[in-house]
Amino acid sequence: MTYFLYILFGLIGGIFGGMGMGGGTLLIPLLSIFLNMEQSLCQGINLLTFLVMALFSLFIHYKNNLLRFDGVISIIIGGVFFSILGSLIATNIDGKILKISFGVFLCILGIFQFIKVFKNKKK
Amino acid sequence: MKSNKIVNYDKKNREKVKKEDSKSQEAPESIIIKSKKKNVKNKKREPKRGGKVAFLFFLGGIIGVINGFFGGGGGMVCVPVLENFLKYPEKEAHATAISIIFPLSLLSATIYVFNGKVQSLPLCLIGVGVLIGGVLGSFLLKILPAKLVGIIFSILMIFAGVRMII
Repeated sequence: MTYFLYILFGLIGGIFGGMGMGGGTLLIPLLSIFLNMEQSLCQGINLLTFLVMALFSLFIHYKNNLLRFDGVISIIIGGVFFSILGSLIATNIDGKILKISFGVFLCILGIFQFIKVFKNKKK
Repeated sequence: MKSNKIVNYDKKNREKVKKEDSKSQEAPESIIIKSKKKNVKNKKREPKRGGKVAFLFFLGGIIGVINGFFGGGGGMVCVPVLENFLKYPEKEAHATAISIIFPLSLLSATIYVFNGKVQSLPLCLIGVGVLIGGVLGSFLLKILPAKLVGIIFSILMIFAGVRMII
């Protein structure tokens, strides 16, 4: 049963990810809430599955000439340093704290997404 | 007591008057300063560019911390950053966000793996699901109304978030 759920949740996350809406932010809570997986494990799995997906979508976006590079390099350099910091904290922190802070992060993202959708409607 | 109060009142009033005075004096000066600043900006563009790079570096840092700490979600922060600060159109912002998040996730993923935060069996099964789902999603994107999906998605996220906090 859990094997089936793994595939099903992966499918749901993948569908939203394929639609360009951050599938990982849905995959992680699904795994964590319904399968009671440890929070940092869910996050590690999400990161790895994202890498595979990203390779495909980057290739397609590159073909469609949608990739741009102005200003991107300084963002990446800043991001690389701080992503090391972030992941070191996440892998060494207590799972419960990580889970709660992820919940708060999700709520904030959800509210922003909601506002964004309605803003687009007005246009 | 009464006299004290009166004195206090007087002090307050004086202070208010002083503040108002200082405001009225500052006002014209600040306008002058602003106009000076504008001139400086027009003359020298190089320091402004350096500031922009530093600002982007800072934004990248925020995206990096979020993506590393939460093991995802960096893309959802990255897209509005590209749209608002670099004025990317929506499609290009989405595409470029992936290219930004990819190296960050690669680094974070290796740190997670080295800390033993990945199990191979669930990873494989979920990975298969994600790949099939990803292909399905990119087709569904053309069929389904984006606004409806966006609303459902945001409500799901808020529910999931609340459930994780409790």
